Amino acid sequence: MTSSLHVVITCVKLLLLPSYFSTDFEVHRNWLATTYSLPISQWYSANHSEWTIDYPPLFAWFEYFLAQIAAFVDIDMLSIHNRNYSSNATVFFQRLSVIITDFVFYYGSRKCAQSIALLVKSPKIKKKKHMDESNISVFVIELLLIANVTLLLIDQIHFQYNGFLFGILLVSISHILKGENYRGAFWFTVLLNFKHIYLYLAPAYFVYLLKHFCFRKNIQFAMKRLIKLGLIVLGVSSISFGPFVFNGQIVQVFKQLFPFKRGLSHAYWAPNFWALYNAADIGAKITYKDYDLIQNNNSTSMTRGLVQEFEHTVLPSITPQITFILTIIFMLPCLYKLWKSNRNPIDFVRCLILCGLTSFMFGWHVHEKALLLAVIPLTLLVFTSTNDCSMFTMLSTISTYSVFPLLFKPFEFITKSLLLLVNVSFLYNTGKFKSLNRLEKLYLISLGPLLLLTEVGWMVLRFDQRYPFLPLMLTSFHNSIGVFYCWIKYYLYYISQ
Amino acid sequence: MSLYCDTMIYKNLIPIYLKKVLDEKLILMIAVLFRWFVSLHDYSGKSKTPMYGDYEAQRHWMEVTVSLPTTQWYFNSSDNDLLYWGLDYPPLTAYHSYLNGLVLKRILPESIQLSTSRGFESKFHKLLMRYSVLIVDLLIFIPAVCWFFRQFFKIKNNNQMSQTMTIAMTLLYPGLILIDHGHFQYNCVSLGLFVASVASMFTNKTIFTCVLFSMALNYKQMELYHALPFFFYYIGFIYETYKKHSFITALKTLSILVLSVMITFLLLWLPFISDPKQMFQVIHRIFPLERGVFEDKVSNIWCLINVLYKLRNMNNHTMATICLMTTFISVMPTCLDLLKNPSKIKFLLSLINCSLSFFLFSFQVHEKSILLVAIPVLMYSPQSVFMCTWFVTLTTFSMLPLLIRDNLLVPFISLSLIYFIVHYNIEKLISQQKETSKLYLLRNLSLFGCVILTFCAIALKPPPKYPDLWPLIISVYSCMHFVLFLIYFNFSQLMLQIPKKKLY
Repeated sequence: MTSSLHVVITCVKLLLLPSYFSTDFEVHRNWLATTYSLPISQWYSANHSEWTIDYPPLFAWFEYFLAQIAAFVDIDMLSIHNRNYSSNATVFFQRLSVIITDFVFYYGSRKCAQSIALLVKSPKIKKKKHMDESNISVFVIELLLIANVTLLLIDQIHFQYNGFLFGILLVSISHILKGENYRGAFWFTVLLNFKHIYLYLAPAYFVYLLKHFCFRKNIQFAMKRLIKLGLIVLGVSSISFGPFVFNGQIVQVFKQLFPFKRGLSHAYWAPNFWALYNAADIGAKITYKDYDLIQNNNSTSMTRGLVQEFEHTVLPSITPQITFILTIIFMLPCLYKLWKSNRNPIDFVRCLILCGLTSFMFGWHVHEKALLLAVIPLTLLVFTSTNDCSMFTMLSTISTYSVFPLLFKPFEFITKSLLLLVNVSFLYNTGKFKSLNRLEKLYLISLGPLLLLTEVGWMVLRFDQRYPFLPLMLTSFHNSIGVFYCWIKYYLYYISQ
Repeated sequence: MSLYCDTMIYKNLIPIYLKKVLDEKLILMIAVLFRWFVSLHDYSGKSKTPMYGDYEAQRHWMEVTVSLPTTQWYFNSSDNDLLYWGLDYPPLTAYHSYLNGLVLKRILPESIQLSTSRGFESKFHKLLMRYSVLIVDLLIFIPAVCWFFRQFFKIKNNNQMSQTMTIAMTLLYPGLILIDHGHFQYNCVSLGLFVASVASMFTNKTIFTCVLFSMALNYKQMELYHALPFFFYYIGFIYETYKKHSFITALKTLSILVLSVMITFLLLWLPFISDPKQMFQVIHRIFPLERGVFEDKVSNIWCLINVLYKLRNMNNHTMATICLMTTFISVMPTCLDLLKNPSKIKFLLSLINCSLSFFLFSFQVHEKSILLVAIPVLMYSPQSVFMCTWFVTLTTFSMLPLLIRDNLLVPFISLSLIYFIVHYNIEKLISQQKETSKLYLLRNLSLFGCVILTFCAIALKPPPKYPDLWPLIISVYSCMHFVLFLIYFNFSQLMLQIPKKKLY
């Protein structure tokens, strides 16, 4: 049954082949060209294009490996002199590489769904009825994971490789859930060396492994395990970073990995705390300075085009340091709670979710896709408790909606809105909406009018020429309220457990 | 034994759960979603100068109907070159083009500018055209299918399949999606009207049936494939009324029938009937005898015989007579049986048999005409889901050469795979025995043949002497299947015993 599910999902992805793709497509094509044509020493310093590699080395190696295959498909896509090159063969190859590497995600989902079902249902497993139920819960969790609409929109249309990265995360989580902590740590380190955004989740791993794996008995026992874990982390990292240290490129690599010269918010504000902050700033401007939105074009440009800095006028400007400190401060309570809890992997998953969500709320230059860092682990808990279930329903729906502005082409309008509708109806039919209270239901329903207003109404009212940026602001403001609410609710739930 | 039971329950558990979760609303959304996914792909004749394809034909009709007065639509003139995609469908198609053209005139006027807009292509235009198909599909075909199955399950509820499953199997049928939303045509209009007319027949609304079917006929003349069963069913029906009630009641029914058909035709042909020259020109355009016996590679008998003996050399009129004769012979049994026992299930079977006979034996058949057979088969599918799905899968396969030409290979493979998986899981759900029957083996072999041929057509270059080798083999392979299915469906109709009181 699940194998037929994989085939169906893969077929859907194939159907989406001719969809619109963003500049990320060119970014990844450029990385293929860079790794194929240039020596390792120039990978992170190549400046033939504005899209120099900014992922950790394992991802560069992954691109290098893909490029070897791409050479058989269309050698022109590997030329660094080509710009915005997208021949049919190139599109087909790159899309197919996403679809095929997604099988890692399927594998991780299967592993994780099975491990979580064992954990949740373990005391009652002997009774037949419960066995049936757990079979269904394994299936539903797997389905919700691999048919995650946000991931589908981001990977298959917008173009990125999040699927297989989340697959590695799930493999790692499943090992932790089964108590195989070394393997869990190993896969998480591998993941970090593919994409460093997963550093957001690292505190939870660190605390859980330190307290519940190392400091279990005496200090000697702890040191032994700690050293072993340290060796795993160092070993993996040295393999991936080693060649760059050897070539003296390591400083350049880190400069690429942590670019603080980017703005607080992305071109389109991710629905986090800073979106509310920006909105408050503009609101204050309008009230106190009689600010004219139409005349001043400087403020409109911050929501369009490439990455740009956004100067707050009324409220104090935010520096990377502030966001960093805020993130740490708000992570501490849940990490403390994890430290104090008895050894329960479910608590670890919840802490993981909260770490992801907190960094999403307060992080510097966060993308809306980062909400998946919380949604994917949250999917595992849909059958654990009503609170987890309601949180999943809310957050997964908001996360899907929040990536809509990325897919702004007319052909994608029906694709994205119908996919969201199918997803919501599925959640409704499986009874997930019963876990929501009236306010939450109302909030989710209000997404419908918002979509119609921002995508259709704006054009019909001919506001798109005068206020082209307002729909985006409205969307991120609306979504950030939902995310903020979820964050507070889930945090309180976790702390007060 | 108990262990076996447990595994059975376990195996079927998830399909049962899914059956509960996937209700009709969700199925409809998914059906629309797949239609849109196919819309993203290429259409027929994209950027292929000078003639392009069916997409350009439809656009050209919008251009002609909006720019020219009704009297010139079907006539050759300096403004209307009939050799360049001249209008060759009945008036309702022309009116539909006119409506679409009016909308385009408001939104994108340069796309229907007379004569300068030939071969007009743009992303936005593609979007509008795709929307136009999706809208009529949503308004006509999808509601018609839902309505039909609701009526069907009211009359016969001892089926293997549930209503939702049948609707899913019908709306996810790849052939129609690929032709309408990929290749680009408006088959969903005529087929939707046809399905609606059968649905209203199932509710015994005679006038409605006649009006809807006449409209279908006036959208595409190919609906004539379905006309004979309607005719014989109603003749049989009137005869039964005469026997049961009186001559007057029968006459009343007959006159209602004739009147409703006549009035519908009259209204639809209103702009053309004033002048007999107009009328004959339209009829001449609709039934072009000067074209060959078949186009490209069609999976019918003539294409099969053509392999051995070149039929194209024969006189068109002789050929047309032969076609007429053979078609007449092959529809005889089913029509006479229907005349004798006018029951609704027999009517459905007769629709299959007639349209399949027409497809196999008649003159000027397109490969797309197989859709006219596939839809009645899908309507009959609750009665024998196994055979029907097998047949329907082959109909999609028979259009493969066309789909490859249109660059629709990826959606063809994806949709067919999805369709097969949905069917496979439904099969597991409804049949409790293990699949050991010889028929299953045969089916799997036949579908495996399709997979092999698909692979050959994509990957292997045909020898230079026979550039059309794979399309030909595909059409011969499908044709042999269709002949066997014709025999099978004829048998199921003739063997079907209807208790006397359960007629109508």
